[in-house]
Amino acid sequence: MTGQLDQLFVSLKQWLVSFLPQAAQPMAGILLSISAIIGAFATMFAITTIMERKILGRIQNRLGPNRVGPFGLLQPAADGIKMLTKEDIVPFAADKLVHFLAPVVLIIPVALALAMIPYGRNMTAVDLDAGILFFFAVGSATELSVFMAGWSSQNKYSLVGAMRAIAQMISYEMPLVLSTVSVLMMAGTLSLPLIVQAQSGYIYEILPRWNVFTPWGLAGFVLFMIAATAESNRAPFDLPEAESEIIAGYLTEYSGFKYALFFMAEYWGLFAVSGLAVTLFLGGWNAPFPFLQWVPSWAWFFAKLGTIIFGFIWVRGTLPRLRLDQLMNFAWKFLLPMSLINIVVTAMWHFSRVFQFVGAREMRWVLCALVLAIPYFFLGRALGEGRPAKRNYKFAE
Amino acid sequence: MLGTGLIKGMAQTAKNFVGSYQGPERLVTVQYPEERLAPKENARNFPFLVFDGDDAQKGLRCVACQICEKECPPKCIYINKSKDKKPDYIGKPQFYPATFDIDISVCMSCQICVEVCPFDAIKMDKVFELSTTDRFEALLLHKTELAKPNEYFQELHPTEAAEIDTRFAEEKLKAEAKAKADAEAKAKAAAIAAAPKPEPAPVDGSIPTPVAPKTI
Ligand code: SF4
Ligand code: SF4
Repeated sequence: MTGQLDQLFVSLKQWLVSFLPQAAQPMAGILLSISAIIGAFATMFAITTIMERKILGRIQNRLGPNRVGPFGLLQPAADGIKMLTKEDIVPFAADKLVHFLAPVVLIIPVALALAMIPYGRNMTAVDLDAGILFFFAVGSATELSVFMAGWSSQNKYSLVGAMRAIAQMISYEMPLVLSTVSVLMMAGTLSLPLIVQAQSGYIYEILPRWNVFTPWGLAGFVLFMIAATAESNRAPFDLPEAESEIIAGYLTEYSGFKYALFFMAEYWGLFAVSGLAVTLFLGGWNAPFPFLQWVPSWAWFFAKLGTIIFGFIWVRGTLPRLRLDQLMNFAWKFLLPMSLINIVVTAMWHFSRVFQFVGAREMRWVLCALVLAIPYFFLGRALGEGRPAKRNYKFAE
Repeated sequence: MLGTGLIKGMAQTAKNFVGSYQGPERLVTVQYPEERLAPKENARNFPFLVFDGDDAQKGLRCVACQICEKECPPKCIYINKSKDKKPDYIGKPQFYPATFDIDISVCMSCQICVEVCPFDAIKMDKVFELSTTDRFEALLLHKTELAKPNEYFQELHPTEAAEIDTRFAEEKLKAEAKAKADAEAKAKAAAIAAAPKPEPAPVDGSIPTPVAPKTI
């Protein structure tokens, strides 16, 4: 029973495909997986938008949307209808073709990236040997679309937003990729399902063997999440869309369905990068405890994904936007050195495996954590240097 | 250390998040169409015309002096002066506006018209549910829609209204006293004028009938 539930979607797909002639089966299987992914994430997009607004409301001691349907749960439908019925405005001076293509160019790599993620046992739409490499390769194509949108709009705000986006995304791509290197070193593979497999099993039969529970994994996870926030243009790294400064950045000239597409693609990008974080650091679809293994694997995956999304929303509700120089300093002076040090720590962790005495694991833990904590402290201090202890706002009093 | 501030902030928002489910008194918003906040005394949006008494058009305080029309920065007031006059609250005959229109789609709620009006005839209203489907005719308010009783004004701006009302009452008393004094003075004058009247000696020796003072 448990196994059946676990493999529900896999068997469903096989059953559906079995009606077709032999030759058409692989193609049909791919199409089915793609439509399942698109359907699932479109739904998830709708749920996330309403949950985000609700949670942000609560964080600010408000109720959030509560008018459309019970508890406001039909709000996404209302938003969707509004988006679809709005006039699609293309600026007179815009480069029409590029302006049109930008949202499409954004959604395709994001959808491709989503196809890489293992959603459950045997549930990877495209199982590539170098899945993570492919993920980052297509992921960096999103920068192109953002710049296309900003450039083709022929609007200074759009262009400023696009420039900011390019600077930010290229800077944060580096720590994002470097923080995953340690996982690849430990797992010894580039294939995402195999990385998940490497995290299965339990220490002392009870503690999960997830990467996040090792010092390098924890540091890598934090670095990865920070870089991922910047990559997906979310607060506090939402400079490219800073509405109080440059209206909506590269989205300024988009309306109607194109805007909705952009919006959805950004959320899909968020899901993809969160899914990758789950896969790399949080054990993918593995259950946290052995006695919870009866819960289907895909449910675990989506539960973890939901938790990460909640974290993103929480951060968005808390932190104010960074300034551009702070953003760059943070990426190059803090995240990059930290992720390089993390690689060294991973090697330390790996080679100290030879110690087999009692308590060796704990000792390695403390040692590696120290090697990370000391540079963290000093790099953090260096970031804050040159900042006045107390600011005097001469004109604000 | 780097990150302590972040954690503090995150803890604060987490407290808000959980707390808003625990204690509804934390929620600062009012569920508008069902619940409303009582308007603040100094709130304002669009002007209206104050009238005294029961008849909206007869009791209008406005004397069509057109100062507000001239001062209104976006020029959204349009006044036509009447040909005839009607008595104001003291009883003095005054002009009144034959037309008084305010285009509230243009009005910027600056309150200048109120400040300049020497007769306290135009005041700021607080109504805000003014949405219509017609952005021309429906937003051009005429004299009939603009006229609102003094009681309404007293409710909106109690302090200011009380001050104006006492001033008006004093002025009225003064005017009445003056009228009375005038009347008396006139009567006296009349009496004096009447007194040396019986100069021509009565032929028949009868006492002349005193001339009754004219009532005003
Ligand atoms: S509202 Fe006041 S200022 Fe305007 S015309 Fe009437 S009396 Fe004059
Ligand atoms: S409030 Fe200002 S803009 Fe509006 S009618 Fe009066 S003077 Fe004109």
